[in-house]
Amino acid sequence: MSEKKENRVIVTVLGQDRVGIIASVATIIADAGANILDISQTIMQGEIFSMIMVIDMAVATISYDQLRATLEQKGNELGVQIMAQHEDVFKFMHRI
Amino acid sequence: MPLSITTQEILETIRMVQMENLDIRTITMGISLRDCCRTDAKATAQAIYDKVTRTAKNLVPVGEEIERRYGIPIINKRISVTPIALVAESMGLEGYTIVARALDEAAKEVGVNFIGGYSALVHKGMTPGDKALIDSLPEALSTTERVCASVNVATTKAGINMDAVALMGRVVKAAAKASADRDGLACAKLVVFCNVPEDNPFMAGAFHGIGEPECVINVGVSGPGVVLNAVRKDPHCDFGTLASAIKHTAFKITRMGELVGRAASESLGVPFGIVDLSLAPTPAIGDSVADILEAMGLERCGTHGTTAALAMLNDAVKKGGAMASSYVGGLSGAFIPVSEDAGMIAAVEAGALTLDKLEAMTCVCSVGLDMIAVPGDTPAETLSAIIADEAAIGMINRKTTAVRVIPVPGKKVGDHVEFGGLLGHAPVMPVHNFSSSAFIARGGRIPAPLQALNN
Repeated sequence: MSEKKENRVIVTVLGQDRVGIIASVATIIADAGANILDISQTIMQGEIFSMIMVIDMAVATISYDQLRATLEQKGNELGVQIMAQHEDVFKFMHRI
Repeated sequence: MPLSITTQEILETIRMVQMENLDIRTITMGISLRDCCRTDAKATAQAIYDKVTRTAKNLVPVGEEIERRYGIPIINKRISVTPIALVAESMGLEGYTIVARALDEAAKEVGVNFIGGYSALVHKGMTPGDKALIDSLPEALSTTERVCASVNVATTKAGINMDAVALMGRVVKAAAKASADRDGLACAKLVVFCNVPEDNPFMAGAFHGIGEPECVINVGVSGPGVVLNAVRKDPHCDFGTLASAIKHTAFKITRMGELVGRAASESLGVPFGIVDLSLAPTPAIGDSVADILEAMGLERCGTHGTTAALAMLNDAVKKGGAMASSYVGGLSGAFIPVSEDAGMIAAVEAGALTLDKLEAMTCVCSVGLDMIAVPGDTPAETLSAIIADEAAIGMINRKTTAVRVIPVPGKKVGDHVEFGGLLGHAPVMPVHNFSSSAFIARGGRIPAPLQALNN
């Protein structure tokens, strides 16, 4: 049951590649006081930028909703789609 | 700390939601109203309003919070209540309408789009209260916006109450007439059942059964689009492989329902009832059960082979889904509502799908002849006979069946009806013109069937 205490969020960024996506997203997460646990980034089919970050919000200074809204707004500025979803949604679907 | 989930898995989930219309169709809160019975209609209506608004106060905010947390859309938040005929038994005809309005107001107050349970269970016979509720349906459904009604007219153990079947034909007709200005919309909120489940979260047939707790959370998942994609992936595989692919997909879809159900139950402090495994289509392109059947290799839904395809789909969805949830219940089968499924509409318009084929399809899936527009001049006895046929299928096959037909006032075969939103739009379909009236006029009860000698 110790998993319950964790507050891990998966941030996914999808869209056209451009300079500064990782930096912008990482800055928002750092400003939120959330810790980046893992990053995986690839360019799919030679042009689609895809990045998945696992972040821990246990000691974050802003709420999940605020972080989500800020990321979405940044996504609009950068012309990419940024989603934040609680880790459980993926665990539940893909792990028994 | 390593990623516990692979990139492919994360992207698969996101693709299901973003591109294949995966969503949670409904979180439905079941509320018992058995303690709301008072000595007069107004006091009862007030007690119902107070209890529903108090109990479901947080339903919509909690649902929205869960949507944000998991990034999964929850399309509807709804309420089901104790069959009103049990609560308002002594109120008389006028009293029922007052209660219907109270339910409507309560639904508006808490922000749910439908409230189900304006219902009566009359499979063996009718009490005066049941009769009053049924008589009140045309007015109750045409003067309220969000109230959904259902009447159970048959069970495998009791047989078919043909008096109720005859009455419901007339009531469906009257409900269409009372809402003629909206193309008979009241009929879209009225379901006539055989073997009705007590924990179904889907409208319009949801109610909070008598064996249910004080309050409960039931979840209905969706996902025809996700299954469609899985079927399309390998167009030439054999049925064993295909069934396996559908099972895997159904498992994943249902896990989302389980997650959301548990989260809602915890946040609301209400016990988690069931996940309903039904594949529920929407009018959105790519969210169609008919498309899945066509992807299996049928030129059009409704042609020969459709029943077999649907049987296989339905069973595979159940097998995958049942493994994914602790408690499965409700209707749990593929829905084939014509007006709510773009592929079904197209199949009707192409002349491939008829009422008779739809009836055959209901033998192997949930839930029945659903959201079908028929000509406005269809006689009440013919509607009753359609109900009787469906009830017979349910009774003999020990399954739920239902009829939700709309005899659209003033419309003929070939005309088109627009119901709007999730209810979609439908071409008016022909019914048989030969009369069933002498059959329906007999009345009485079709006896319960043998449970042995199964052929």
